Amino acid sequence: MSWIVFWPYLAVTAGVTYLIRMLPMTAFRREIRSRFIRSFLAYIPYAVLGAMTFPDVFYSTGDLRTAVCGVAVAVALAWRGRSLLTVALAACCAVALAQGALLLI
Amino acid sequence: MNGEYGKGLRHGVPIALGYLSVSFAFGMKAVGDGLTVLQAVLISMTNLTSAGQIAALPLMVGGAGLAEMALTQLTINLRYALMSLSLSRKLDGSMGTAQRMIFSFANTDEIFAVASSQPGKVGKYYLYGLMTGPWFGWSLGTLLGAAAGTLLPDFVRTALGIAIYGMFLAIILPPARKEKSVRAVVAIAAALSVCFHYVPGLSQVSSGFAIILCAVAAASLGAALFPIREEEP
Repeated sequence: MSWIVFWPYLAVTAGVTYLIRMLPMTAFRREIRSRFIRSFLAYIPYAVLGAMTFPDVFYSTGDLRTAVCGVAVAVALAWRGRSLLTVALAACCAVALAQGALLLI
Repeated sequence: MNGEYGKGLRHGVPIALGYLSVSFAFGMKAVGDGLTVLQAVLISMTNLTSAGQIAALPLMVGGAGLAEMALTQLTINLRYALMSLSLSRKLDGSMGTAQRMIFSFANTDEIFAVASSQPGKVGKYYLYGLMTGPWFGWSLGTLLGAAAGTLLPDFVRTALGIAIYGMFLAIILPPARKEKSVRAVVAIAAALSVCFHYVPGLSQVSSGFAIILCAVAAASLGAALFPIREEEP
């Protein structure tokens, strides 16, 4: 793509994305009094991650069977409170092993 | 060097590894769509967002207007506004305006999730450490994918695809096990998200906008049903 066309697109995508992230973090600094809003904001991370994980995780490997193996391992380890890296790598290994097993069948 | 920076750096390692694989795919796709390697890497270095960047590619290639590009980015990335607002409460006194302007650039889904799962308040050294690895991972993965997309064995790339979700599960499940309220919020959000994928009509809603609707609905219900006491849930 020619650079003349590229630069404005880069400026718009980067600029809009940055402002969305930056303004709420710099402009709203007061303590929030409303109990509802404080509760809402405390729950937002779990709500966002719940919505992003399901059902997408089952499509993340391109094969439902290997994804289910990965999810099972991740859930078992995460439930026991293992670290992020442990859970993530174990899920990847489970998927790789499941792929290998499917090739053998 | 500061112990908090090192701690942040360590916490960023799984994110960086997950990003390597996702941005690898982005780099491959960008070059396939007609961007140069340098252009692909510049997008990743300045945007640091998966869904937004992937949505931007067809608009760039198709010669879309800048207003359409801006609106698309706004919709897909609006969830970051909620995350920045939420995380704003967790920042300690070391996070002045300048520090917030630097860190907010890197407030991705994953960095946000890790930062907000820390007990108590978080400070600038921890956050700078946390953003370092993922930014390098995202940029490097794009470079590798753009320059050498076809070299990595297929099964490795496939297996890496689940890394990010494994990390998400590691973040949400321990508090969900402890707190009924978190369990309910996660379950509601996941159920709504499943509806947005499969129910005709709802499945036409863009993925960025669907995440906003699910998250706002689930967090509102959670806040109405289980208002928190003085500190975190």
